[in-house]
Amino acid sequence: MKNESVLSKKKIQEMADTSYKYGFKTDIESETAPKGLSEEVIRMISKKKNEPEFMLKFRLKALKHLSKMTEPEWSNLKYPKVDLQDISYYSEPKVKKKLDSLDDVDPEILRTFEKLGIPLTEQKKLANVAVDAIFDSVSVATTFKDKLLKVGVIFCPFSEALEKYPDIVKKYLGTVVPHTDNYFACVNAAAFTEGSFVYIPKDTLCPMELSTYFRINTEETGQFERTLIVCEDNSYVSYLEGCTAPQFDTNQLHAAVVELVALDNAEIKYSTVQNWYAGDPVTGKGGIYNFVTKRGKCQGKKSKISWTQIETGSAITWKYPGCVLIGEGSIGEFYSVALTTHNQQADTGTKMIHIGKNTKSTIISKGISAGKSQNTYRGLVQMNKSAKGADNFTQCDSMLIGDKCGAHTFPYIDVRNASSTLGHEAATVKVTDEQLFYFQQRGISAEDALTTIVNGFCKDVFKKLPTEFAVEATQLLGLRLEESVG
Amino acid sequence: MLEIKNVVASINGVKILKGTSLTIKPGEVHAVMGPNGSGKSTLSKLVSGHPDVEIESGDILFNGESILDDDPDIRALKGVFMAFQYPVEVPGVQNGSFLRMAYNAKRKYKGLDEVDPMDFEELIQEKLKWVGMNESFLDRPLNQGFSGGEKKRNEILQLAVLEPMLSILDETDSGLDIDALRTVSEAVNRMITKERSFLVITHYQRLLNHIVPDVVHIFSEGKIIKTGDKTLALEVEEKGYDWLLQPVS
Repeated sequence: MKNESVLSKKKIQEMADTSYKYGFKTDIESETAPKGLSEEVIRMISKKKNEPEFMLKFRLKALKHLSKMTEPEWSNLKYPKVDLQDISYYSEPKVKKKLDSLDDVDPEILRTFEKLGIPLTEQKKLANVAVDAIFDSVSVATTFKDKLLKVGVIFCPFSEALEKYPDIVKKYLGTVVPHTDNYFACVNAAAFTEGSFVYIPKDTLCPMELSTYFRINTEETGQFERTLIVCEDNSYVSYLEGCTAPQFDTNQLHAAVVELVALDNAEIKYSTVQNWYAGDPVTGKGGIYNFVTKRGKCQGKKSKISWTQIETGSAITWKYPGCVLIGEGSIGEFYSVALTTHNQQADTGTKMIHIGKNTKSTIISKGISAGKSQNTYRGLVQMNKSAKGADNFTQCDSMLIGDKCGAHTFPYIDVRNASSTLGHEAATVKVTDEQLFYFQQRGISAEDALTTIVNGFCKDVFKKLPTEFAVEATQLLGLRLEESVG
Repeated sequence: MLEIKNVVASINGVKILKGTSLTIKPGEVHAVMGPNGSGKSTLSKLVSGHPDVEIESGDILFNGESILDDDPDIRALKGVFMAFQYPVEVPGVQNGSFLRMAYNAKRKYKGLDEVDPMDFEELIQEKLKWVGMNESFLDRPLNQGFSGGEKKRNEILQLAVLEPMLSILDETDSGLDIDALRTVSEAVNRMITKERSFLVITHYQRLLNHIVPDVVHIFSEGKIIKTGDKTLALEVEEKGYDWLLQPVS
């Protein structure tokens, strides 16, 4: 007989049974394009969306370029190659074409979002957050759109932006992440279906948080959204994206592109709480391949872009939200918590490209690995010749829970001038049984102990999240950890 | 309060407790003394439910009920507290919020409302004074960078705030200078009531000048070989352990 172990068998079982709570599928009729990527499919998507000519050209150019590219293999990830011809690139719920009011939205879809904690109806919508809800390939609703327009802020689905504000889209689309950037960005450029568009005019502080909520519902459909945020001089916006998907046994590809442009003195704060389905905890079957390209361009003087990401889901995460610091004195920030459990793999980090004088960047990355997962930080800090007086501080810490997981760090530093300064700190810590026992001896359960220790490890990043979401992120982490202990 | 009944237990396959029995009644202070490696610390791990301890036979009753099947946190909530010999460092977790978390876990277990940070700060002021620390002590990460003395003071602060029914002090005197030893002992003495029991595990007699035991046990080779009153401790201080360790024919 053994003194009850730190986590009793019974508890482990209970925890294992707390499954992914967003794993349900909504039964609605949808129209899905046949599998495969071809000029025909792209013309079909473009036509469905009623797009202007320049958009179709942009897509076809990307498709042409794609034929010259191959899937990259440099990451620290193991997975079978993605078969682009085995994915459907478009799926839309069968609803009326124009969604002028929520009455036109399939009530099943509204209920889906409500179940996800994103109520969209007039009576229930979140008080201080405007939400754009995207279901498979189409946006179903955007709240507070009119209120925002009154102060000149445009917040709408990408397809609507193409219709109403083609000139702004044309001016900035692909200027931060060109279609030639990488394989998955190229796929996105050719086949993206929806996304959000944000435009903050000069001298305007966006009066509320903006948020886009992505939901993949249909099996064997990829989600390829594209988000573009433009902040004119002296403006500010805080934007948050969230995402979930049902549980399927097959892997789904999510290849998004996000482009941010900040002009003089503008500030963009972009936060992500990523909770895509991670695959079956035991067999590792299914789950989302989250291959995303996110980049911000600090074009204006003293502009600032900050990325905060809480990555907890997906079978595989592969993303490096970065900043290109062009404007003199511009600032780039990256705050990241990446949690991997069970069979998850993450290869994530950032790229800070210093071009302008006296540009500054800060990188705080916290990777937590549990179960059999592999967690990699990969980050590039590049100081160009022109970036006189540039400054970077990097801190990348890893935490290991259990002894079957792995943490890896690949920092790349490239400095081409003598007046730049760089600081790099890294630490690896392990959650020990003695720590858990110490908490338990004070009457705190092992699960609460683990959550507290991990939250403590991540608090520098959590405090960067908008307050509305900080609590949610803490809870999400707790939930994912609970599933993982054992 | 506590009844350890003929326990045989091992750690990592090595048999350490070889038929240990010990009964502590409410309001009693017991001291366990013994040479290095006698299994004294295993005794505290046994009662608190440390996962390393494997029990082969015997039972532990707390308030008349077996706690062998209880997780360590349940035992703690039922009233078992151990002041660690080597409190573990937990970076990132604030000492004060840890203390409040433990306090609230206990309140929740008793069906009481949790207290918020403001009220909690107020209610621990006095206890902080007991251990001779000021408020900034609470803002530091849990045990991280604490001196040996600070760690022990923190253990006793937790004891004072959580008000357990049974407190096990595992070599609390080790690493303490004379002044700290006095402060810590005084804090413990304030906690002694007719209901609460204490099990003081120590190597040296000097702690027992400050915390005066009702019963003294000498522990050797995994069992209690002699039990007496406080004068037994003085005798050991004078003669060492060897005279007790002679095999009895």
